Amino acid sequence: MLPARFDYHRPETIDEALALLDQYGENGKVLAGGQSLIPLMKLRFASPGHVIDINRIVGLAGIEESGGWLRLGSLTRHNQVVDSEVVRGRYPVMATAAPLISDPIVRNLGTVGGSLAHADPAGDWGSVMLALGAEVVVRSSSTTRTVQIGDFLRDTFTTSLEPNELLTEVRVPAPAAGSGGTYLKLERKVGDFATVGVAVQLSVDDGHIRSAGIALTAVGSMNLRAREAEDSLAGAEPTDEAFATAGRLAAATAQPASDLRGSAEYKRHVVEVFVRRGLSRALELARAS
Amino acid sequence: MQITVTVNGTKRTADVEPRLLLVHLIREVFGLTGTHVGCDTTSCGACTVLLDGVPVKSCTLFGVQADGRSITTVEGLARNGQLHPVQAAFKEEHGLQCGFCTPGMMLTGAALLDRNPNPSVDEIRWAISGNICRCTGYMNIVKAIQHAAEAQRAAAKAPAAVAAGGGQ
Repeated sequence: MLPARFDYHRPETIDEALALLDQYGENGKVLAGGQSLIPLMKLRFASPGHVIDINRIVGLAGIEESGGWLRLGSLTRHNQVVDSEVVRGRYPVMATAAPLISDPIVRNLGTVGGSLAHADPAGDWGSVMLALGAEVVVRSSSTTRTVQIGDFLRDTFTTSLEPNELLTEVRVPAPAAGSGGTYLKLERKVGDFATVGVAVQLSVDDGHIRSAGIALTAVGSMNLRAREAEDSLAGAEPTDEAFATAGRLAAATAQPASDLRGSAEYKRHVVEVFVRRGLSRALELARAS
Repeated sequence: MQITVTVNGTKRTADVEPRLLLVHLIREVFGLTGTHVGCDTTSCGACTVLLDGVPVKSCTLFGVQADGRSITTVEGLARNGQLHPVQAAFKEEHGLQCGFCTPGMMLTGAALLDRNPNPSVDEIRWAISGNICRCTGYMNIVKAIQHAAEAQRAAAKAPAAVAAGGGQ
């Protein structure tokens, strides 16, 4: 498969990349890991006139925890998250999700920022970041803005990024004591998109739930936050009954479509089971933290 | 666009269209046909090569992205007429039947052993989970990578034993 012709640009700094985006706007496309963009270009679903390869920009990849945030450069590869000790130690939702993204070779190139900017409803990072209440830093040549992930993800393959903007950083709030989380993913085989994915983050205090973050993958037109389920848990005791109720509410939020991976009914059921299981696991981790 | 890529240790230059995929740069411009085109959809891993030592699927990367970087293909595994331990082990353990997935499997295996000289069976299976084999059922591929790991560890130990005064 041969992509359509394009001009290739390889900026070495963020400012150079932003200047190129100013110049080419709608006709320019940022190439990060390329593990979604290049397949789309090969199928000619995407045929940008200008490809702006940000892979050589120094300082755009990396993970550090500072000032109450875990900061991930947008060019951080999935496998860098897999290998990150701080993620393994304190961010179990991310630590369980990262190794389930595509396959090990794709994870060497695919990036966290690229995945979020691509906004595939079957993308795993969108749900993880929704459950964690993350925000993203978005820059243009004239402005820098911070956007809640829930406002960033708009619809299928659609974000609030303007054509001249670049996603530069993902910020995850550092977990309070008594927090835990996990990501559950059903897939037919390694490398397939999720049939269903569920991200859960739970924070407990004195026998009550302080807050819960629950988000769903591949059961709607975008990553869905299960708000009713979250609200039902806030302030409640973390009991099996409360988790079962949250599972039912999340299943009601899901809008799955029947396809070759399963019927809508089946996927809805998996959401219910995964939310219940995820909350139990998150509680174990929260109590151990 | 003019690019320079170090391929199996040798600098090669080429003038290519940006849309040329790395796998076609390797096969058609550099003439190294050991890298196979399988699914052409980032799924099968037959086109796996090492980019600066890291396995990537060369059907999902533009050749221009390799400009100034190093590529290792299956042709670069053997050194001075000596098979790489992973190649020798695939031969020894019958790690292939049709051979189509083999270049990708061996490069992924070699990269795994660089990172982890003593992988468990689970770690091997995990590492090759992005490479699909439709003949062997993976059993002998896993055995081959284990065998290569043992051979590499033995080779690494041997000179150390001599240096430690173990020569008898």
